[in-house]
Amino acid sequence: TYDYAELEPFISAEIMQLHHSKHHQTYVTNLNAMTEKLEEAVHKRDVSQIVTLQQGIKFNGGGHLNHSIFWNNLASPKKGGGELSDGELLNMINAQYGSLDNLQTTMSAATVAVQGSGWGWLGYDKTNKKLQVATTANQDPLQATTGLVPILGIDVWEHAYYLQYKNVRPDYVKSIWKIVNWKDVSERLAEAKK
Amino acid sequence: KKPSSFSRRREQASETCLTLKSNSPPSSARPVRFRPSQQEPAAFLEEEASSSDPEDNPPPQQPTMATSSLLTAGRSACKSLLQQTQKSFLSSSAAAASAPLVAAKLPDLPYDYAALEPAISGEIMELHHSKHHQAYVNGINAASEQMLDAQAKGDFAAMSKLTKAINFNAGGHLNHSIFWTNLCPKRDYRPPEGKLLAKINENFGSLDNLQKQLSAMTVGVQGSGWGWLGLDRDTKQLFVQTMPNQDPLSCGVPLLGIDIWEHAYYLQYKNVRPDYVKAIWEIVNWKNIEERYEAAL
Repeated sequence: TYDYAELEPFISAEIMQLHHSKHHQTYVTNLNAMTEKLEEAVHKRDVSQIVTLQQGIKFNGGGHLNHSIFWNNLASPKKGGGELSDGELLNMINAQYGSLDNLQTTMSAATVAVQGSGWGWLGYDKTNKKLQVATTANQDPLQATTGLVPILGIDVWEHAYYLQYKNVRPDYVKSIWKIVNWKDVSERLAEAKK
Repeated sequence: KKPSSFSRRREQASETCLTLKSNSPPSSARPVRFRPSQQEPAAFLEEEASSSDPEDNPPPQQPTMATSSLLTAGRSACKSLLQQTQKSFLSSSAAAASAPLVAAKLPDLPYDYAALEPAISGEIMELHHSKHHQAYVNGINAASEQMLDAQAKGDFAAMSKLTKAINFNAGGHLNHSIFWTNLCPKRDYRPPEGKLLAKINENFGSLDNLQKQLSAMTVGVQGSGWGWLGLDRDTKQLFVQTMPNQDPLSCGVPLLGIDIWEHAYYLQYKNVRPDYVKAIWEIVNWKNIEERYEAAL
């Protein structure tokens, strides 16, 4: 938990406030409303309605899941953001990508290249026991749609950066590496490996 | 007898242009198109290729004609490029390699950046035109060159990979080129007239109803995309439909587009998309839309 201004100058307080109190809040509100409708449809055995609700649940449920991960994936440099210490995660990154720098280059490129709204991800492939860079469209949640366990997400919906970075998405993605909460990412990896 | 894979594509084709009954006056049986939020670009291209409308299957053309067709608004652009790509398998690679590429160009706006205020700020217009649209122009030119190169080499893997970049950037160029002409300064605004107004009343009940329906659909787009007023080529009825990302309107003739990508409004309206869509109706250039409508009849 941190204040809206905590991630400056990398992400402005204005963005954080809108992003959290408006965008994420809307996903929560809508998810709750749709969940109620779903319960009703299941109760009535209204299969058509159950299926109709799926897209909205994926969108709002995904939005809630994704942003909940995102807020924890970030930390001020004063609180360890941007620092990856020795450990299992760094070992895996070095083994697979050669260096943290290489991972950042690969993941940044994929994330910047998202067409439209979506997310860049570092995920854990439980089957093959390795890290995997991936992207999802809109609010599609990583695990539900690909099976990869999300350990780090980068929101590239324009609302995540436009007020500050305008159209220059690469600058935003470059900046965000300075506030990645690697401690949180490591914990997610450890959890995923269980 | 058609191979089974072709039948599957036909099935996809009929699904991509869903036609639903509208909620407006029962007397007007106009189609209200509804699209799922994610539309496979490949499916769109295949649907276009399977159309039997002679207008949609032009005779084999040189690469220059295919690429110049990218510059003209209309749904045939992406499909023509795919057809040309397919036809190039048979034509000599030397011919393909030596054909000059007709580059996309950023069109000038018919008004100053600040002219659409207060509905759309000058800051947004400048970024939207000189950065975002410019990027699509650069993108389609780069992808087109790469495609011609891949064709010349018979590199089918590369050609297949490039369709995504072509769909995105050609679509972005097409859509924005239409959009700039769909808008005018508020002082020049006047409501629709003549044949178009009559058709709007027939298909939607009233201009107000059209605006309400298109606004609701456009605001409801999940992610990035566009809201469209279009004309069905076969039935000559108007319809409203949304498209994801930069996919060009897949069926019919685009008449009016509303860009709902966040870059189109966020600096001014922040998360309040409905306010932007409401404001845009005050700067719609109905004269342009009437011209597009009449040209398409």
